[in-house]
Amino acid sequence: MADSRREVLRDLRAAQLPPAPLPELSGLGLRYADPRQQFARSLTDVGGRCVLMAPGTPLGDELARLPEYTAARKILSLVPGVGRANVDLGTVADAHQLHDLDFCVLAGELGVAENGAVWITERGSRYRAAWFLAQHIALVLPAWKIVDNLHQAYERLSVGGPGFAIFISGPSKTADIEQALVIGAQGPRSCTVLVTS
Amino acid sequence: MSAHELRADGAATGGVQRSSEHDGAAAKPGQANERDNGAGMPSATNGRPHRHSAAAPPITAGMHEHPRKAAAFVANDARLHWHDQAVWFIRAKRDAVSSTIPEWEQLRSLGDQIKKHTLSRLADYLEEFEKNAVACGAHVHWARDAEEHNRIVHSLLAARGVTRVVKSKSMLTEECHLNPYLEERGIEVVDTDLGERIVQLRREPPSHIVMPAIHLKKEEIGELFHHELGSEKGLTDPKILTEVARQHLREKFLAAHAGITGVNFAIAETGGFVVCTNEGNADLSTALPPLHIACMGVEKVIPRAKDLGVFLRVLARSATGQPITSYTSHFHGPRPSGELHIVMVDNGRSAIMGREQFRRSLHCIRCGACMNTCPIFRRSGGHSYGVTVPGPIGSVLAPHAKPAAHASLPFASTLCGSCSDVCPVKIDLHHQLLLWRGELGRAGLIPFSKRIGSKIGGWVLARTWAYQFFGKLMRWLLPKLPRALVYNRWNAWGQQRELPEAPPESFREIYRRQHGR
Repeated sequence: MADSRREVLRDLRAAQLPPAPLPELSGLGLRYADPRQQFARSLTDVGGRCVLMAPGTPLGDELARLPEYTAARKILSLVPGVGRANVDLGTVADAHQLHDLDFCVLAGELGVAENGAVWITERGSRYRAAWFLAQHIALVLPAWKIVDNLHQAYERLSVGGPGFAIFISGPSKTADIEQALVIGAQGPRSCTVLVTS
Repeated sequence: MSAHELRADGAATGGVQRSSEHDGAAAKPGQANERDNGAGMPSATNGRPHRHSAAAPPITAGMHEHPRKAAAFVANDARLHWHDQAVWFIRAKRDAVSSTIPEWEQLRSLGDQIKKHTLSRLADYLEEFEKNAVACGAHVHWARDAEEHNRIVHSLLAARGVTRVVKSKSMLTEECHLNPYLEERGIEVVDTDLGERIVQLRREPPSHIVMPAIHLKKEEIGELFHHELGSEKGLTDPKILTEVARQHLREKFLAAHAGITGVNFAIAETGGFVVCTNEGNADLSTALPPLHIACMGVEKVIPRAKDLGVFLRVLARSATGQPITSYTSHFHGPRPSGELHIVMVDNGRSAIMGREQFRRSLHCIRCGACMNTCPIFRRSGGHSYGVTVPGPIGSVLAPHAKPAAHASLPFASTLCGSCSDVCPVKIDLHHQLLLWRGELGRAGLIPFSKRIGSKIGGWVLARTWAYQFFGKLMRWLLPKLPRALVYNRWNAWGQQRELPEAPPESFREIYRRQHGR
């Protein structure tokens, strides 16, 4: 084991490659006149749904307009202000118990206009399994947290551990059968982003 | 791993040492499988013979492998064109999306430079990655070759009494033939990517690294699910078929004791790694079971988190024409009360690094764009390559380990250069294919017909008088020759097509006539 480590490193060093500079990454990325509108467009293109909320609308009211939410029986929310949430993670002893979760509401920490992706982190939440087991998810994202592109996103995010973080861009999907796009592969069948102003 | 591969290895000369030739544990002599990558369909564990089993070809088979297998594929003309169009469709999507990024070429250059820099200090970056990964709570293992990789993964599973594993797509574990290794030791491994699950149920390897089941029609998948998953007979709607797989795979996720994933990018400065999927299967594979094993080739490391901005922008766009995959998961350490093990594998990569003209192939981020654009891949199918990674990139990687076995692959190309043009990290693919041809020729690993043809062609083309003389001779002679003499077994070109009609005059003659000299 220790030998393998030493041998692999030795063999890699044996190649003695000439130095090559690491490029600086600056001035990259598309800019948009209206990043919110672009975010909504990108998200729609990848099979997601974007709701640009009017100022002052309660979150619960907006969710109540989603058919997936109104039909849901087991709802988990990691965002305050969702009235119908009825799953308390404190009472869940094992992530497997969340297998029949219908709806999960998550807090988005950053959105990317270029590709409709929303950054979600594990901070403060047990069982990230819920994010993927839920039949449908809604991500709550403050409008001011939308950046133009992925380069800006990585400049702003503190990527590092320990912990899990993810960019979610739309629902789970596949085109593995004759390239027919099917929404709802293994994970959530829908992904709605509620952009609060 | 097949008996054939072992034999071909025995005959290989000057191959990369410490490739997967120790994989013998997985080989079952007498149950030779035509493919190099027996991943996912060990005859021994499922008790069913491989669908495509055949007697082991002779030692020199490598010289004819691709044309021989491709011949079977092109025999069905309608299907060949269907496959061609299906794959071209993805290339078209890639074109449409990449053209919306004005700085596309700049991103390709940056990807190339970041990879070049990383390779120049690869050992340092791996040590940095290891230190930071351990600080996040992960365990890091090093493997010299496929056998060691498999042994490490198995010992981790065995020590915890794991018998059910879910796995998301990992070309490295395919390369190492991990599935048969684990299955022979009593561990159920379920591939959870839909396309991979389909080919696993068919006991065949993926035919494409991004779309593993692109060679199959929905009717065949309906039939497969009917037999293997008990779904209704005659299902053909991709939506319904996907739903059948969803229900089946959800059971597997919930029942698994461990999850195995690949790694798209490992970040040296943070000790974390990124896995990209559209289905969410890597996340379901790792969010439920207590043990997560991530397997990566040593070339997957990148220096900084912000380098992801470059690679993630080109990866999905090149692969499927998406701006980003649905799920881009960043793992730093294990889940609370869980375990994370990272296995870093060399398996011939350090040897490729030592070869200046070929090391750029280690830039590969496995997007599959070179396959989608390749006229040979589109018309011969992924299985005809007989290796885990097919297409142009596979054809430059495979001969390193087993030059004799894979000698035909660098010839599975028109050298049109389209692969190099679409590569998001600027690998000079067609150039490397050409280099391989010379290398294999010098090693005596190409068939006589190709050697003599190249010799004669080279001799004629180097002499103006010979070129003119033989051109004139053939223009006069060819129309007069009996068909049997022209379309013989040495005329590979004429086996499936008609030769063009010999023109009465050459270009030179027409030019002379019209311009006087």
